[in-house]
Amino acid sequence: MRHRPVADISHLPTYDFGSASPMWWGTLAFIALEATGFALAIGTYFYLAVLARHWPIGAPAPDLLPGTAVLAILVASVVPNHMIEFWARRQDLAKVRLGMVVMSIVGILPLIVRIWEFPALRISWDQNAYGSIVWFLLGLHTTHLLTDVGDTIVLTVLMFTQKGKAGRRFSDVSDNAFYWDFVVVSWVVLYLVIYWVPRM
Amino acid sequence: MSGIAGKPAEHTQEALKGIRDTGLEEVRLRTFLAPAWRTPKGLYGWLVTVDHKLIGRRYIVTAFLFLILAGLSALAMRFQLAQPEAGHIGPDLYNQLFTMHGTTMMFLFAVPVMEAFAIYLVPLMIGTRNVAFPRLNAFSYWVYLSGGLMIWIAFAFETGADAGWFSYVPLAGPEYGIGKRPDFWAQMVTYTEVSALAVAVEIIATVFKQRAPGMSLDRIPLYVWSVLVTAFVILFAMPAVMVSSTMLILDRLVGTKFFDPAAGGDALLWQHLFWFFGHPEVYIIFIPATGFVSAILPTFVRRPVFGYLGIVLSLIAIGFLSFGLWVHHMFATGLPQLGESFFTASSMMIAIPSGIQIFCWIATIWGGRPIFATPMLFVLGFIFTFVIGGLTGVMVASVPIDLQVHDTYFVVAHFHYVLVGGAVFPLLGAVYYWFPKITGRMLSERLGRWNFWLVFLGFNLTFFPMHILGLQGMPRRVYTYPPASGWGEMNLFISLSSLVVFAGFALFFLNLLLSLRNGRIAGDNPWGASTLEWATTSPPPSYDFSRLPVVTHREPLWAEPDVLPVVEGLRVDAREVLAGTVADAVPQVRVPSADNSIWPLLSAIAVGGAFFGSIYTPWAVVWGAIPVSIGFICWFWPKGEPEDEE
Repeated sequence: MRHRPVADISHLPTYDFGSASPMWWGTLAFIALEATGFALAIGTYFYLAVLARHWPIGAPAPDLLPGTAVLAILVASVVPNHMIEFWARRQDLAKVRLGMVVMSIVGILPLIVRIWEFPALRISWDQNAYGSIVWFLLGLHTTHLLTDVGDTIVLTVLMFTQKGKAGRRFSDVSDNAFYWDFVVVSWVVLYLVIYWVPRM
Repeated sequence: MSGIAGKPAEHTQEALKGIRDTGLEEVRLRTFLAPAWRTPKGLYGWLVTVDHKLIGRRYIVTAFLFLILAGLSALAMRFQLAQPEAGHIGPDLYNQLFTMHGTTMMFLFAVPVMEAFAIYLVPLMIGTRNVAFPRLNAFSYWVYLSGGLMIWIAFAFETGADAGWFSYVPLAGPEYGIGKRPDFWAQMVTYTEVSALAVAVEIIATVFKQRAPGMSLDRIPLYVWSVLVTAFVILFAMPAVMVSSTMLILDRLVGTKFFDPAAGGDALLWQHLFWFFGHPEVYIIFIPATGFVSAILPTFVRRPVFGYLGIVLSLIAIGFLSFGLWVHHMFATGLPQLGESFFTASSMMIAIPSGIQIFCWIATIWGGRPIFATPMLFVLGFIFTFVIGGLTGVMVASVPIDLQVHDTYFVVAHFHYVLVGGAVFPLLGAVYYWFPKITGRMLSERLGRWNFWLVFLGFNLTFFPMHILGLQGMPRRVYTYPPASGWGEMNLFISLSSLVVFAGFALFFLNLLLSLRNGRIAGDNPWGASTLEWATTSPPPSYDFSRLPVVTHREPLWAEPDVLPVVEGLRVDAREVLAGTVADAVPQVRVPSADNSIWPLLSAIAVGGAFFGSIYTPWAVVWGAIPVSIGFICWFWPKGEPEDEE
């Protein structure tokens, strides 16, 4: 087939931010499917709760302290997270590097607190269905947190190398910040379910 | 082409790098593009490639190999059922056979083959050079392959799953599930769902962002619309089976109590979670098949499809409604009547958008000049068979009828009419239609007609009598029946008819093999079709199009048969594609496209190892995380590709 050039796109950039980038849509799609997983697990929680005569089954409500501490850290992390997003879009390498170090630490902190959070559920996973589902919910979020913190740390290291200077890395940082917001929002919902539904 | 210029460059320095295709002659253009998009020769190339066509092709071949395995297990069952009280196959093996048949057909054949075609066709049909995340695509194939091999190797060692393709608890739970059989089933689900979800994400990002300039939402080919809707259904349905199969394996491995009524769990919870996935699953298979029909039909009636907008809206409506039907699989479990009535109503409602599509196709045929080539025969066979399956679907959506025929051969007949008639017929039509594009050669029309009539007649002779057997009360999943039941003659007839289907499929594979070598050379557009995949050579080059097309019409190749409007300005010395706005496909960014890499394979091996190990010990997840992390880090770490300098 003969070709008839009708447009020149040579001036277009090779990376962009937010919905202009295919990676942003990929991230959004992963958020959607993970959110569906969370929603179904939360649905299971309420399904079992409706079936049970007493809820929680055979255990006191979980201890509030560690989960609330995780909530406080995650909610506070929204501030540096959005500052990074802002700096990434301005392609300010020095500030993005600093911000990524802060976000790596902010990511590791809740994982440390979580060591005390599992015992604070005050029930074992194999005791009954209530124990199983709260361990499942907490485990799901922990996996979620672990993978994103891992991702953040790798990206932080990358930003300190020569390759961190490539423009598209700022777009990666911005997508990573977008995903972190989801990690925080999902914990707000899970926190309410795990800690406050048994107290209702 | 107003608006084609997109927004002005923000990074002018970067934007000037690299050799561009502007003004390059076709021959010179190819000398640049071929090395940039090349897959190395030999085994190494086979392992590292991220070319959507090579991956799509191997997905298709693998899925058809699983079809053969599942088909042979069906034949074995028909051999056993041909006579009452036959002793060829015992109850234990029979349980494994029907479970492996259903599991393989649904998880390892139907869904992957539909995704496989999408992987191959979508970039070509929307005018780009690869899917949005090529390495994820390669990874998804390896994960799928290892999941499929794992469950079949387990079967070979007498550890085949045996609790049905839906693996109901308590039969599959810790109390009654023998050995590791249900665990292999549960982990196979995890593998295949990871792979299906990865492909769904790619398809969504690819269709949203990488369409040719000018391909606004109302110019997307209907087939692409169908796989886009399917990708969304996958995105929201598959997590349900991943959550439930994880719970099942946890119940079996570490003693959680999700499905144990004695400890506050519930067996029906499994059914809810499974069917929340399982019903949309049917539409994950069916919606792309309707896309095949909407692609094939206009070509063979020589006119655009009637009611484009109606079909698109129907596809979206089916996608939504498919999530409101799952309880109709559970009518016999004693749920509240109000709930059952709701699901009866929604089950009947989905017949409306399905019906709209069928009427649009009939109107298309009515207003055109039909050419009865093999792909068209399969489309007509589909319409006939699917309508019958749809009618029995409306019947079993009604609770009283469902309670009568539940777990009988009536249901077996119904879902084979829907799945084989609704999905496999269009799929075979699609193979005949796109084989010339994929291989450069035509399939034999003569063998094709024999293939069609044998499969079509054999199918109806095999499955129609099952309606009657079901009404007579023959239950599903029994390995034998007494002579006094009076079902013997009908079963013998069915078993003999299944040999006709087998012969039809044997001809199909023979046709593929013979035509691959001796088929007539196809040329770029042997059917005179209208969509972009026919604008490039058959088979397409590694870079799909030497210049990316611009779309000015819904039927681009019919609007301008000899000249392809194209864009200029892309890099030719590195892999680059174009990303544009979601609604109007106005170009925004020249995006680098990932190069070949061994890391998707190594990561898939690491992930597969962790999944496999977790069948035996929960610690496999912990220790397996180390190689998985290494794999992923190496995968994503930039390795000095030209585009990384920008």
